[in-house]
Amino acid sequence: MTNTVLYSVRDLSVEYATRGGLVHAVDRVSLDIHKGEILGLVGESGCGKSTLGKALMRMIEPPGRITGGKLLFDGRDLMELAGPEMRQVRGGRIGMVFQDPMTSLNPIQKIVDHLTETIQAHEPNVSTAQARERSEELVTRLGIRDERIDDYPHQFSGGMRQRIMIALALALRADLVIADEPTTALDVIVEAQFLDLIRELRAEFDLTIVLITHNIGVVAEIADRVAVMYAGRLVELGSVYRVFDETAHPYSRGLLRSVPNIDLDEGELYKMEGAPPNLLAPPPGCKFHPRCPEVMEICPGVEPELLPLESGHNVSCWLYQTQPDRQEEGIRG
Amino acid sequence: MHPLALIFLIIGVPAALALAYIFIRGSHSLRRYVLTRIVLTIPMVLILASLVFLVLRVIPGDPVTSALGPKGSPEVKERLRTNLGLNEPLFIQYGSFLGDVLTLDLGNAMTLAQRPVVDELGERLPATLELIIPASALALGIGLIFGTWAAVRRKKTSDYGFRLYSVAIYAMPVFWLGLLFQLLFGVWLGWTPTGGRIEATLGATVDRTTNMLLVDSVLHGNWEAFRSVLHHMILPTLTLGLILSGVFLRLTRINVIETLQEDYVAAARARGIRERVITYSHALKNAMIPVITLIGLQVAILLGGAILTETVFSWPGMGRYLVDRITARDFTAVQGSIVMFALFVALISLAVDIIYSLLDPRVKY
Repeated sequence: MTNTVLYSVRDLSVEYATRGGLVHAVDRVSLDIHKGEILGLVGESGCGKSTLGKALMRMIEPPGRITGGKLLFDGRDLMELAGPEMRQVRGGRIGMVFQDPMTSLNPIQKIVDHLTETIQAHEPNVSTAQARERSEELVTRLGIRDERIDDYPHQFSGGMRQRIMIALALALRADLVIADEPTTALDVIVEAQFLDLIRELRAEFDLTIVLITHNIGVVAEIADRVAVMYAGRLVELGSVYRVFDETAHPYSRGLLRSVPNIDLDEGELYKMEGAPPNLLAPPPGCKFHPRCPEVMEICPGVEPELLPLESGHNVSCWLYQTQPDRQEEGIRG
Repeated sequence: MHPLALIFLIIGVPAALALAYIFIRGSHSLRRYVLTRIVLTIPMVLILASLVFLVLRVIPGDPVTSALGPKGSPEVKERLRTNLGLNEPLFIQYGSFLGDVLTLDLGNAMTLAQRPVVDELGERLPATLELIIPASALALGIGLIFGTWAAVRRKKTSDYGFRLYSVAIYAMPVFWLGLLFQLLFGVWLGWTPTGGRIEATLGATVDRTTNMLLVDSVLHGNWEAFRSVLHHMILPTLTLGLILSGVFLRLTRINVIETLQEDYVAAARARGIRERVITYSHALKNAMIPVITLIGLQVAILLGGAILTETVFSWPGMGRYLVDRITARDFTAVQGSIVMFALFVALISLAVDIIYSLLDPRVKY
């Protein structure tokens, strides 16, 4: 992991038009993804992490829309690219691994055709035979016998399909792979193997990986940095060690305490109070304040910014920030 | 060679090749399934033939009364009935009919020149095929192309247009649309003939091999006849094809809409595959599986539609023949036609099932 920024997201907002009104699924998120890192993106269901993942590829489908922000990938703003250029980025520079490997492969297309089609979409001069050869090499590297690429998806197990999804993301030597809940559909043993593979591939292919998951355990095991999302906002961002050991945001703390831990004998599992906010009518100020155990007077009024707590550890919480105008009123924290 | 034998050969050779492929490459279960289907065709045809036999004997009237009317003397009628074998006990008649079906002979017609039914069908079935093959191709073409078109432009003006079209055309009676076309293109504009398969003067010049005039005129290089046949085909094909296209369009549209929402479509987009390739190669191919199934179910409707279309356009095919023969109470001719229809429907639905299993690698029988 280096400190070169590969992908810089600035003030990204995504809205969905629904019957009830506009849903701000991603709300002014800024984030730097460093070259070579594995960034874990965690949060509850519906917090906008998958939407953010799709937005990174500019793949928001109507009724959703990217309403603002910059997507600076390798020096270019992806928001400014025309359709064909963007298509070259998708699959070429940025690959995506989806949650459900069972439904992410075309059931009536052979595995080899998925691969050659992808290679030829980006490199039209490559012959089908060459593309096939490359596909065979790739799947062999991922631990699948090359003759099996003539099979159909339904003849593969879940773990194998997920490896095929990885192969598809790597077919063009993408720099960045966005993996949206890649292990959710896998059992724990296959999950562990899959994570090992990811780690190996990162070193081998010089990959940068954004790992979207609700599984804190997976993040702890594999990620370099963690971004915690709540209600479309980024609330905490830092290295795994900092975020896990010196958790700053009350939401992150709650999230970490809700994970079952076999070493700790705490009796009942911690349950966070309240429910995630209705994004149609999010609470004013800090969106977490209705559930926050440490809520303060300012929280419902003004939304905190994501600011550095220490180098490499950012948090968006008034507990750690100087409050505007009211500093003299004596606030704990 | 007999035209019927030739037609069954034309259908039979590719079918045999497909079967051979299945028996060599297919799984054990697929082989068993196909074999079962083929074997099951026999009782199906026999049951249907028996039903027709029974119904024809139950409804009032017989060929002799229909031909002679109330004027004929009872002695003449009795003699004719004896000659036709209608005075034999029912089970004897039934036995000889079943024997005919099993030997694919089908007996002689009971009215007119009392020609062998196979010869009569040999002239009519090719005419019907010449109508329903292009009509279903047209229907399928319209359905697949514009159904996909509408699905991609869902909730836009052209989508609403195609949906309106498909409901309107589906609700329209075949004969009414046929009459409208005759009036518009045949009478007012004078572009097309309003009936028949070929200009009367040219009909005799075509050497008959398959009795499919389009094929025969090409085989014998009779281009003047070829043009005339094409000219006569336009209206009936258009009528039947358009009527059928509505269902195909709707079904294609809804299935493409569904497949476009599948994860593998999003995954293909994420790999930078062109939208056109995604629509046609990923979404449409998957959506076609249920559409192909519908073709199998539509064959019966297609034949029904063909009867009406043939009647409107004086097209000398199976449909018109069947209607004429029912009116004349020509028992053997009706039984033979129905057996032929049944064989045809069974063959097509078997073919559809085979195509289905080749199209969808997941299908296990």
